[in-house]
Amino acid sequence: MNEQHQTLWQFMSGQSDKLLSQTLQHVGLTFISLLLAIAIGLPLGILIARKRKLSGTVLGIAGVLQTVPSIALLGFMIPVLGIGAKPAIVALLIYALLPIIRNTYTGIIGIDQHVKEAARAMGMSKSQILLKVELPLAMPVILAGVRTATVINVGVATLASFIAAGGLGEFIFGGISLNNTNMILAGAIPAALLAIILDALLSLIQKMDFKKLRKALYIFPVVILVLGGFYALPTAYGSTLTAGFTPEFMGRQDGDLGLKSTYGLKIHTIVISDAVMYKAAFSKELDVISGYSTDGRLKAFDLKILNDDKHIFPPYYAAPIVRDDALKKFPELEKTLNLLSGKITDSIMTDLNYKTDYLHQQPERVAKDFLISNGLYKAPKNGHNGTVKIGSKIFGEQYILAEMYSMLIKGNTDYDVATKTGLGGTKICFDALTNDQIDFYPEYTGTGLLVLLQPDPKIAKEMAHDKEKTFNYVSAEFEKKFKIKWLKPIGFNNSYALMMRQKQSKELDVNSITDLKNYLDKN
Amino acid sequence: MIELKGISKKFGDTLAVNQVSFKVAEKETLVLLGTSGCGKTTTLKMINRLIEPDEGQIFINGENITGQDPDVLRKGIGYVMQNIGLFPHYTIAENIALVPKLLKWDKERIKNRTQELIQKLHLPESTLAMYPHELSGGQQQRVGLARALVTDPSVLLMDEPFGALDNVTRTSIQKEFKALEELKRKTIVMVTHDVQEAFELADRICLMDKGEVVQIGTPKELLYQPVNDFARKFLAGQRLALEFKVVNIQDIWPYLPKEIIQDGESYFADLSVWEAMELLRSNNRSELLISGNNKENKAINFEQLTKGFNQYQNAQVHE
Repeated sequence: MNEQHQTLWQFMSGQSDKLLSQTLQHVGLTFISLLLAIAIGLPLGILIARKRKLSGTVLGIAGVLQTVPSIALLGFMIPVLGIGAKPAIVALLIYALLPIIRNTYTGIIGIDQHVKEAARAMGMSKSQILLKVELPLAMPVILAGVRTATVINVGVATLASFIAAGGLGEFIFGGISLNNTNMILAGAIPAALLAIILDALLSLIQKMDFKKLRKALYIFPVVILVLGGFYALPTAYGSTLTAGFTPEFMGRQDGDLGLKSTYGLKIHTIVISDAVMYKAAFSKELDVISGYSTDGRLKAFDLKILNDDKHIFPPYYAAPIVRDDALKKFPELEKTLNLLSGKITDSIMTDLNYKTDYLHQQPERVAKDFLISNGLYKAPKNGHNGTVKIGSKIFGEQYILAEMYSMLIKGNTDYDVATKTGLGGTKICFDALTNDQIDFYPEYTGTGLLVLLQPDPKIAKEMAHDKEKTFNYVSAEFEKKFKIKWLKPIGFNNSYALMMRQKQSKELDVNSITDLKNYLDKN
Repeated sequence: MIELKGISKKFGDTLAVNQVSFKVAEKETLVLLGTSGCGKTTTLKMINRLIEPDEGQIFINGENITGQDPDVLRKGIGYVMQNIGLFPHYTIAENIALVPKLLKWDKERIKNRTQELIQKLHLPESTLAMYPHELSGGQQQRVGLARALVTDPSVLLMDEPFGALDNVTRTSIQKEFKALEELKRKTIVMVTHDVQEAFELADRICLMDKGEVVQIGTPKELLYQPVNDFARKFLAGQRLALEFKVVNIQDIWPYLPKEIIQDGESYFADLSVWEAMELLRSNNRSELLISGNNKENKAINFEQLTKGFNQYQNAQVHE
């Protein structure tokens, strides 16, 4: 997976089966939710066109629902509907609802009053007027609403991959995590094309005259149904256990690819964001997940790490990485950041993470408590000697580390601090660092090696399991290539790990990844 | 036969129609005449229950319509409106076939009846496959009439049927309508604000103002026996033209020259003075041969005609 040597086309043809199934899932998600949105929105639109007093309330609610950010909406769905297709479809449906209700309403009330009066005067019943006069005449406006909803859905459906519902978001967000531009484009280009093509097709239908429209309207629901049906196809996959892996894990040599090549593991896999993965494992929706070894939720949800007996997960020792010119600009920075070096072991980190992730303590408080109990905390001086910009990735541990560094810098130096926490993924964090948006952030040796440097697989394999070798190699290469310095490691090793529920692991007698493979082969 | 008994309708606080009563005889055309806002359209729409009256009763052919299913009632009443209200998404053929389809006529019957109507209404057969927007205003109004007539209802309601047409088209379509055999068999209530049109088409006129009936009578009665100032002033502006139209040759027969014996093409004496003048002018002839009710023949020229009319007028005023 060395992207320099691979064109986008090669990537796409190499991953064509994945691309096809993701595209089909994407189309399926879009149209199932669209169909449901029409099934709900159309009658609602008709209702409020009849009882106009309700229109303010209904349009208001649909409008408010649409302003909920898509990620948040997906988040709200999880406690109620779990992960996978159901919450994704409901979230998409909610987004599609407003344009459909509003356009049905506008379309019907916009019909020439005289035509309606003529229909009544000729003795058509209310339902006949609705079916033969109002809906056909409002159809161009209703179709415009469907068109808007479709384009919105194609866009929002990329986020469905966060909750294991598949779609082209798997490539897009996997690519962002993996610093793989080809992978991002392999998801983004088809998604954009999909939006453009569907928009063009619907605009054609919308512009048809009544004669053609009438025929098209018979075909339209059939097409939606068929396209919606795509979603059902790729899920047929037989295996007794279900794994949930993050998009990043899916594309990594030291992730799913390694599991397949080194262990020969064959397991039904769905792609899911790590924000919901642990909970899904706890609630038995998933059996195996790709977690992090220091994650607090390991403790919270009573999960067990499977022994990596063939050593595919390289060490991930955390250390701050700083741009050289930032070190020059802030001479006291290195000394200050090194105060934390060697202070946090695996178990301490897991415990700190547990406090934020599960006990919901603020990262700031957890950081302060830790520094105080280790005698490192000093009251902040009023920094006026320049501002250090700290970055962090978008998970708990990084927030805690960023807080600790912030307090150390404020307490020990005259620098002020600005934090840019929650940068989504390695690529975004690293690009922020090289482009002077941040001065440093905590990175992991394994990530530096496999994601950022991406050396020849042989070199990678050779040193991947040796902590010292890896650290020395990334230190030297980063200095040479990027003018970025790796400071001393903080102490803990947050490596990838496969996890299962303690109880299930005991029942199945699965303690290592090889055990898991053997179990799956037998069943 | 249509009968309204003490019909009233309020919109909010405004009394739109106040205690309106009238009868329309079988095959009679009654025109509701008045300025906009006088309640004439509201009155009309209460006859097919597009608007429900607050007070009073309406009978059609002796049956109280309040007890009937409005959809069934409306299928039995033709309705023609100013804005025509053709369905823009239906072809002309489909527009005409609308009510027959609701009544579940078979295809053959619908087709035959449609053919018959478009011939009577002088619509080219090619229009049947077209959509309303492809037709001229006059053609659209003919289709609107065909749609109302297709099931041959005994009652026809017309709301400003020619209101949307230009003057030239209006005059020619009015004439066609008047000549249409189908319309002569129907009990018609028509609404208009156009005095000329009312006089052209009405058997009787019901003049309305502020929701109330001012006067009901034949055009001649309205002209020569107005009940009050309002009625008189309402017609004042176009009085002369109306009189030419209302008065026919038979009326002024005594004031015309003596009978002559002459053969040739003759006209009946129910010709209005206006029509006689038109004939004299358009055919560029000096004399018109008229045969009166008592088989007398008279030849008249333009001057004799106007003179006879003036004498008749004077006699009416002094009556």
